Amino acid sequence: MIHKHDLIIVGAGLAGLRAAVETSGYADVGVISKLFPTRSHSGAAQGGIAAALGNEEHDTVEWHIFDSVKGSDYLGDQDAITMMCTEAPDAVYELEHLGVPFSRTKEGKIAQRQFGGHTKEVIDENGNSKRMPVLRACYSADRTGHVILHTLYEQCVKRNVRFYSEYFILSLIIEEGICRGLTAFNLLDGEIHTFHSKAVMFGTGGYGRAYRVTSNAYANSGDGVAIAFRAGIPLEDMEFVQFHPTGLYPLGILVTEGARGEGGYLKNKDGERFMKNYAPTVMELAPRDMVTRSIQTEINEGRGIDGKDFVNLDLTHLGAAKLKERLPEITGFAKTYVGIDPVKQPIPILPTAHYSMGGIPTNLYGNVLADEKGTIVKGFFAAGECACVSVHGANRLGTNSLLDAVVHGRRTGKTIVKFLRDAELMPIPENAEEKDRAMFAKLYATTSGENADKIRVRLKEEMTNKCGVFRNEKDLLSMLDTIHELKEKFKNISMMHKGVVFNTELMEIIELGNLLEFSDAIVTGALARKECRGAHWRVDHPKRDDENWLKHTIAFKTEKGIELKYKPVTILNYQPQERKY
Amino acid sequence: MKVTLSIQRFDPEKDEKPYRKDYTIDVDPAFRILDCLDKVKWDIDGGLAYRRSCSHGICGSDAMMINGKNMLACQVLVQDFKKKFIKIDPIPSMPIIKDLVVDMDSFFAKYEVVKPYLIAKTQPPVKERYQSQEDRALIDEAVNCILCGACSASCPSLWSNDAYLGPAAMLKAYRFAFDSRDDAQNERLDVVDSPDGLWRCHTIFNCVEVCPKEINITWHLSQLKKKCAMREL
Repeated sequence: MIHKHDLIIVGAGLAGLRAAVETSGYADVGVISKLFPTRSHSGAAQGGIAAALGNEEHDTVEWHIFDSVKGSDYLGDQDAITMMCTEAPDAVYELEHLGVPFSRTKEGKIAQRQFGGHTKEVIDENGNSKRMPVLRACYSADRTGHVILHTLYEQCVKRNVRFYSEYFILSLIIEEGICRGLTAFNLLDGEIHTFHSKAVMFGTGGYGRAYRVTSNAYANSGDGVAIAFRAGIPLEDMEFVQFHPTGLYPLGILVTEGARGEGGYLKNKDGERFMKNYAPTVMELAPRDMVTRSIQTEINEGRGIDGKDFVNLDLTHLGAAKLKERLPEITGFAKTYVGIDPVKQPIPILPTAHYSMGGIPTNLYGNVLADEKGTIVKGFFAAGECACVSVHGANRLGTNSLLDAVVHGRRTGKTIVKFLRDAELMPIPENAEEKDRAMFAKLYATTSGENADKIRVRLKEEMTNKCGVFRNEKDLLSMLDTIHELKEKFKNISMMHKGVVFNTELMEIIELGNLLEFSDAIVTGALARKECRGAHWRVDHPKRDDENWLKHTIAFKTEKGIELKYKPVTILNYQPQERKY
Repeated sequence: MKVTLSIQRFDPEKDEKPYRKDYTIDVDPAFRILDCLDKVKWDIDGGLAYRRSCSHGICGSDAMMINGKNMLACQVLVQDFKKKFIKIDPIPSMPIIKDLVVDMDSFFAKYEVVKPYLIAKTQPPVKERYQSQEDRALIDEAVNCILCGACSASCPSLWSNDAYLGPAAMLKAYRFAFDSRDDAQNERLDVVDSPDGLWRCHTIFNCVEVCPKEINITWHLSQLKKKCAMREL
């Protein structure tokens, strides 16, 4: 079946829905999502969305820009960061106008809390300037993503946006450098559909599911990233994977940084607030990459609780009332999953794969780029976690992700509206579905072969151990071998269930193919980058190397394997300095 | 430890009607029921169908009936059950698509009926609209709804009358009717103050008992009822 729309948006998280709100008045929009829209993982974001509103104390956009640049370990493009932080206040006010129920200050303004790496400039008694945590994260208790996601979906309902829920994308249709649509299958009946459109936008989210310990949803299998890569689009800075410092032990479920923003302590087995040894000025509110390495170091050096691989997040001094008001969701998680009441006992935590800084390269307007020179792929757009603008560089600051998704969802929507004014529906080849049909036919015909779960478990386990918080050449080489071996096995994969109705095994096999596809790019990029920058930490090259590595990785899929090229970082006001907190 | 899941299965491509099948598996006591389902799916029968995504109770995908009570499979652990024989069924009163996957179209159609979006009839200010902490507190619980459907699928009033909008849609109506920024109170009350609306709620409290976000839905509906009654005075 062929569906025609002006614009097809893939993904119904914050970026996709914000773009749908922006474009639906001007164009015929269809939104494809592998889940019902409100199930998207943006809804799991807890702590807040950054904007220098200055509602609780003095704050400036300039400070937000500086913090994001420094937080990115200078790999973020400063034009993109400047734009995002400058547009942040308006983007947040707009969300409020659309109905987002933010928590409020006493005067009734949007409430704000502290978050890691977000600072203000303070002049101390000796006249020296120093940076201290600032109240910048606009929040709704610890359910900020949830309320924004639901509000944007509500606005889509109001605007009669057409949704294709539980459709899973298979391939992009790009001919002569112009994107003309895509193919997807309907989970309900296994039928392959073609979506023919003047423009395609991806807001398909991140790729944390390649790791065993992760805060990511099952759905975060980097489908958009892998499908773009397969269609000849390069991927940028894939080696930068953020490990969130506080995943609930042992599953890795997110415990918001807002818990530290509200005053929580990190403690090792001796009850010591060990962050004083790593980031003496901002302590627990250092950026995520630093806190994560500090925790992992404590664990590796035997100072985990009871010698196990976790440390404690202590909120007991905050009091029951504050936890109930500000952090109810994580209080609930702790009770449900580890039987701990955070009012009385500390929460066991460990680093967890959380956010993908890398992704599909775009310019500031959401156009997808075909190469390191900035050539635009006509008709193809991307925003949010699947995209790499790059506003996060080597390490994203907490609460900048919701901001990224909303600001770029909106900006990309505006770009698309302009693009559609004189875009035409370009013809698509008659055999657009052929490759996908052949792939399905093979899966349905194979009666014995490799087990998907075994491949998946091994990939995730080894990615966690060999391409995680601390990396080295030997492990990365071994990981690359594993990926190549698993890719070979995957060719001979066997599907147990041969039905067509809601065949989630089929979906999981396609997801596994996607995990393997982009993991190769993560590891290849990580192996080549011989330095430490942000979330990419090479113990065998233990320094940041601006002379050789202040540049973005651009990975291309070629017949001979992955080829790496590089492009310069845009630097405006802030020259790289040593990163200390 | 060993646990037996007794799962209601139904494959429309093969089966005329649903049947039960038992699976005994070896699990960690700290496994979520969702992890147990994954184990059955990955080790024994790839065809077992259920929805899931976030796996920690915020996306609302995996509402199902576990030992007779609607709950999220990701929010309950094996060790929470005394008996290690656990019955799993799809949430009731919705058509079954396959196994534990139900057709939620009518659930979402009802959600859309209550105009689930802010209607503000004045031009917004340059910055945010102000809202007092007291006004924000009125909707504090209602905005936590994850649309999992556990409440509506447990509601006897809805079982006996398909047309009843049900607790989830009513809670959404409350969420906007009690938002100090909303200007469409009358329109909203017209929708719920109707034959298939609010008055079908007989305060049975099943919804409250099953809500995985611990929202006191019946209380919210009673506040809406009060508002409707006051309007008529």
